Amino acid sequence: MAILEIKDVGKRFGGLQALGNVNLNVEENTVHAIIGPNGAGKSTLLNCLVGKLIPDTGSVMFDGQSVLGRKPFEINQMGISRVFQTPEIFGDLTVMENMLIPCFAKRDGAFRMHAIESIADEKDIVGKAEKMLEDMNLIDKRTMQSSSMSRGDKRRLEIAMCLAQDPRLLLLDEPTAGMARADTNNTIDLLKQIKDERDITIAIIEHDMHVVFSLADRITVLAQGTPLVEDTPDKIKGHPKVREAYLGESQDAA
Amino acid sequence: MDAILLQILNGLDKGSAYALIALGLTLIFGTLGVVNFAHGALFMIGAFCAVTFSKMLSFSHIVVDETKKDFLGNPLKVEVPYIHDLFGVTTGDAIIDWAVPLSILFTIPVMIGIGFIMERGLIKHFYHRPHADQILVTFGLAIVLQEVIKYFYGANPIPTPAPAAFAGSFDFGAMLGFEANNIIYPYWRLVYFAFAAVIIGAVFAFLQFTTFGMVVRAGMADRETVGLLGIDIDKRFTIMFGIAAAVAGLAGVMYAPINSPNYHMGMDFLVLSFVVVVVGGMGSLPGAVLAGFLLGILESFASMAVVLEFIPGINQIIIYLVAIIILLTRPRGLMGRKGVMED
Amino acid sequence: MFGLNKKDGGLLLIVAFLALAAPFILNPFPEGSAMAQFNAGYPDLMQRLVIFGIFAIGFNILFGLTGYLSFGHAAFLGVGSYAAIWMMKLLTMNVIPAIVVSIAIAGLFSLLVGWISLRRSGIYFSILTLAFAQMSYALAYSVLTPITGGETGLQPKYNDPRILDAALEPGQSPRANLFGLDMKASSELEIGNWIFTFNTGYYIAAIVMLLSFYLSIRIFRSPFGMMLRAVKSNQQRMNYTGLNTRPYTLAAFVISGMYAGLAGGLLVAMDTQVGAERMFWTASGEVVLMTILGGAGTLIGPVLGAGFIKYMENIVSKINKSVLEQWFAFMPDGIEDIMITLIYPFVGKGWHLTLGLLFMLVVIFLPGGLVEGGQRIGKAFSRKKASDDTTDATKTPAE
Repeated sequence: MAILEIKDVGKRFGGLQALGNVNLNVEENTVHAIIGPNGAGKSTLLNCLVGKLIPDTGSVMFDGQSVLGRKPFEINQMGISRVFQTPEIFGDLTVMENMLIPCFAKRDGAFRMHAIESIADEKDIVGKAEKMLEDMNLIDKRTMQSSSMSRGDKRRLEIAMCLAQDPRLLLLDEPTAGMARADTNNTIDLLKQIKDERDITIAIIEHDMHVVFSLADRITVLAQGTPLVEDTPDKIKGHPKVREAYLGESQDAA
Repeated sequence: MDAILLQILNGLDKGSAYALIALGLTLIFGTLGVVNFAHGALFMIGAFCAVTFSKMLSFSHIVVDETKKDFLGNPLKVEVPYIHDLFGVTTGDAIIDWAVPLSILFTIPVMIGIGFIMERGLIKHFYHRPHADQILVTFGLAIVLQEVIKYFYGANPIPTPAPAAFAGSFDFGAMLGFEANNIIYPYWRLVYFAFAAVIIGAVFAFLQFTTFGMVVRAGMADRETVGLLGIDIDKRFTIMFGIAAAVAGLAGVMYAPINSPNYHMGMDFLVLSFVVVVVGGMGSLPGAVLAGFLLGILESFASMAVVLEFIPGINQIIIYLVAIIILLTRPRGLMGRKGVMED
Repeated sequence: MFGLNKKDGGLLLIVAFLALAAPFILNPFPEGSAMAQFNAGYPDLMQRLVIFGIFAIGFNILFGLTGYLSFGHAAFLGVGSYAAIWMMKLLTMNVIPAIVVSIAIAGLFSLLVGWISLRRSGIYFSILTLAFAQMSYALAYSVLTPITGGETGLQPKYNDPRILDAALEPGQSPRANLFGLDMKASSELEIGNWIFTFNTGYYIAAIVMLLSFYLSIRIFRSPFGMMLRAVKSNQQRMNYTGLNTRPYTLAAFVISGMYAGLAGGLLVAMDTQVGAERMFWTASGEVVLMTILGGAGTLIGPVLGAGFIKYMENIVSKINKSVLEQWFAFMPDGIEDIMITLIYPFVGKGWHLTLGLLFMLVVIFLPGGLVEGGQRIGKAFSRKKASDDTTDATKTPAE
């Protein structure tokens, strides 16, 4: 069944119709990629899902509940985590602290005031955070200030932070943008592993066709604010409409 | 009706000062992206330019006047301002009398100079620092400037009269056909308002009709893009800062006869001017002017006896109260744009 | 120790030692010597050192951790002071109810101000807090005169009700006390030419300061403290991690407001009077300066900053022309005059000028404050010894 149902969503910025009547269903436990040329409305759509923007029309249902009108932190608590184009991590904090925060958020909810307890006494949380860092090969960097890490490591940390909350839907906004080939491949492997090991649905916006075709179960092509086609990767590759809208890049990928 | 008119008039001079300071703050903020807590100090320095200029005009030397005798019959020593020697007694006295308006000529170069030095020497290095740092360093500078003035001019207000021609009041009510003596308004305040209107008009015309102004407006709308166009933004920033300093200085010069300059007048006005900027909408020039006048007039209405009887002390807090309400209901202020200082 | 790690425990011990031994440390010059006027070991100044330390420690919990720059914290200090003095007028001259109520009232007031101000961030937040503080100041001076005493301020009077206290003897004046222990009582110790003063009020204030400092260490090291630093670092990520930043910042705001109220209450407990001027916005600016100068976001910074500024204020204000003449007497006359002319504007009444310059210099060259300066010096030395352990600095972001 569809975990995310987007119905008739439209968004207008002044004279620009950024999204017009987007209908899209993301099935549970699949990887769904949304591709499209620049300005197709991919980021606008994503922002509508996480509460950063409120669409003018339509509805967005997650697991049977509407997300519209909820604040980003509330939507996150429903089980949607987001990975940003440029990694959004707590740059001033250490890697371990970055990892601890979502672990606390998972356990305690939106706000809880442990004002005089010591972090070290929270054995369960610390253990969970350490386990996540180990899984992500970041454990050696636990005391490092996170802003001083490489971009690939930051991306891994950000994904780890999202996963620590056991989200049901993971949204990825061009997760490999600006990465070197090796880092990109590592990220693809990481995402494949996540997909295999967890009960998780992934929606991914991506420019890099290599990434899209190695991961996606289904692909939606967005152009000028509306979905053009939606199909499996094999069908999309040869689709004439897609070639038309997307000519340069799809040839690169092929 | 008369009472309302009187309050509007009373609000105009303070409103003009708020508007001028807020205009400068907004120019600096909009173009340079810097929050300048020292802007009130520039206003204060402007007022002290008037003081300094009047003092310079009355520099005098002592001569023995044979025509006058003291009570013992000896010739009297009198102080003669040098200006008398230069222009003769009548013209000299007229110049001294007109010291405040004349000091505008002296203030403009001084203020532009101070603005240049401030921007090149200090503000420039804070473009990429957090807003908190900008607030703090300019706050420190404001204290320094104010203390320097205090050191040289003392802590007491220095009366700086307007020219004799504007010293009186006129019966505004009678002029408009209301009952006589109901609306008495000092001439100088009207002059101040007119002066402020001219300055505001000049700044807007400058921004609207010159290429320089166009670039500045473009810069206020989208700083990065203008920077990318290869326009030497830095130089323009410096000039803009100089202009904003001059506007604040001019506001101060002409305010000297209304409120005898003292070293802390800048801080007093600054806090209110910031509130004005926020109410008008950060980064909006018309907003700053509009809010300046609105709040000035509102303050004067709140000082009416009728109102005070109803809500005591409201005149003291009305501006802050309005600011709080505005910020909560219209977070961007009256005419603010999206995306200015929202993080 | 007390649930602190070794390093924090050590820090607490150092501060405790400094505070308890202050009557000795601040009195290094023998009585009657030329330098004796620079002694700071007298009760009034020492009390202010620790009380403003408390104020700055609290401010740092808001500004240092969350990065929200409040320009109105003096209002909470003032409200705390008024609450305390009313307790002394109505209830008892015992300082306990006064201090407890001052914390509570300041907490409530900061809850109101914070609830409104924290809807905005950045400069808007600063201006909102400034507006609130100026409003409180203006009200205290005008309409609220029946409660605040207006320009004259308030102090306990002979014929106040004081329902818990026995009636005063005729001619006796009300004195602040802790269960009979007079705040102003001092004992003196003479060793050779030195006279050391131990004041009851100071030691009570110092113990309260140590408790406040201990509490702030616990807050810094707690999950809550980590969340506050996360707010400063990246609010966006906070939101997308399912965390609501508003209650966190509001809690920090109220805690720091309560610290300010505590400081205000203590000020009254030591010197039983209050005036509206302690709510003026320059007073808010002063606590910002203390925090920055010491090092915002560091544990010990605010304590150092508050101590440094209050000490300097006292010492520098005391230097007058004759002191300068004494200092430079060894120089040839011409040079002596030049030196005096150069230095004179910065001392005595010129203290605020020095303060402003200090403020600018710190923000320009040492945004991390004295603590960062110390770390830089320390690093420069350790680099000479061993160039390989520079990673240490990144391991401990909040000292």
